[in-house]
Amino acid sequence: MIDTHTDGPDTSGLRARAVSGPGTLDRLHERLVAAASRDGLLDVAYTNVDTPVGSLLLAATGSGLVRVAFESEDHELVLDTLAGRFGPRVLRAPARLDHAARELDEYFAGTRTRFDLPLDLALSRGFRQLVQRRLADIEYGDTWSYARVARLVGSPGAVRAVGTACATNPLPIVLPCHRVLRADGTLGGYAGGPARKSALLALEARGRTRAPSGDPG
Amino acid sequence: MKQPFERVVDEHGDTVLRVCRAIVGVHDAEDAWSETFLAALRAYPDLPEDANVQAWLVTIAHRKAIDITRARRRHAVVTDDLPERPSTIGVPGSIDHELWDAVKALPPKQRRAVAYHHFAGLPYAAIAEIVGGTPAAIRRAASDGIRALRAALSAPTSKE
Repeated sequence: MIDTHTDGPDTSGLRARAVSGPGTLDRLHERLVAAASRDGLLDVAYTNVDTPVGSLLLAATGSGLVRVAFESEDHELVLDTLAGRFGPRVLRAPARLDHAARELDEYFAGTRTRFDLPLDLALSRGFRQLVQRRLADIEYGDTWSYARVARLVGSPGAVRAVGTACATNPLPIVLPCHRVLRADGTLGGYAGGPARKSALLALEARGRTRAPSGDPG
Repeated sequence: MKQPFERVVDEHGDTVLRVCRAIVGVHDAEDAWSETFLAALRAYPDLPEDANVQAWLVTIAHRKAIDITRARRRHAVVTDDLPERPSTIGVPGSIDHELWDAVKALPPKQRRAVAYHHFAGLPYAAIAEIVGGTPAAIRRAASDGIRALRAALSAPTSKE
């Protein structure tokens, strides 16, 4: 809205008559996103999708999907962080996330057990990134212990660091850190909270009994 | 740290559209808006953190409006009468053509002063930096412009 420092005559009536009209700004926004994409000006494109575990923020750089964030992580804060890391040319651009949104839809419908998306892992590095990459090896519906993941990446003593890597996973669900549990079978932590972690595991348990594909899970 | 550009569009998109309509008219306003925000997006990473974003956008819109007006003059064909062609600018009736026609009839100095001060809310000093001249002259132009607008909009020919 307009914040005026006007003095003199009251012109609020005139300003009220100057309203944009419904839909105009949405259309202009779309046009801006199209031009920005064409000119390669976007540092980060993002959208929100509604899922059974709440609204998810999906964000992508030119290299691929870079961030999946739960509502509990505060989407505005996540966008600030992305702007600081990749540059402030951040726009809502749903078309750029169509592919990721579709695969997530299929995942939540129980018809997809693996994600096939270009990923940008630039938000993590070193050991954390190594762990996060290997998360993709845990099959749909299966669960591993933190210790088993630590052994897999060749650092059997680094169980706690594996926990940190899972907790800081920038691409939850897509890189399935929810499939990593404590050795005693209890949930362990999750960026989206324990309720979402169990919801995802329950979804996969149902999906697996339905056995939609010949996926050797 | 600089905020995501989406928030800039969200906060100022509406104001910039009003300014564009006032300066280049309803017909060219969407082109002016698009060029303004695309140029702003391009330059955004270099904008100083403490800059007044609204004044910055109005400055860009001002320049884009000059470009558009010049281009129009070069290819001068388009008449400025708006109604009764298929609408490319949204829901019919959502645009107050009477208002914009009255704004368009103002002399350029008054039109800019009204747009930048009353529609965008910029102080006279900031407008003087954008268009040149003194703040006092801008103030007079804004006040004359508002008086002329009021007169035009309450004239018996108009259907208020």
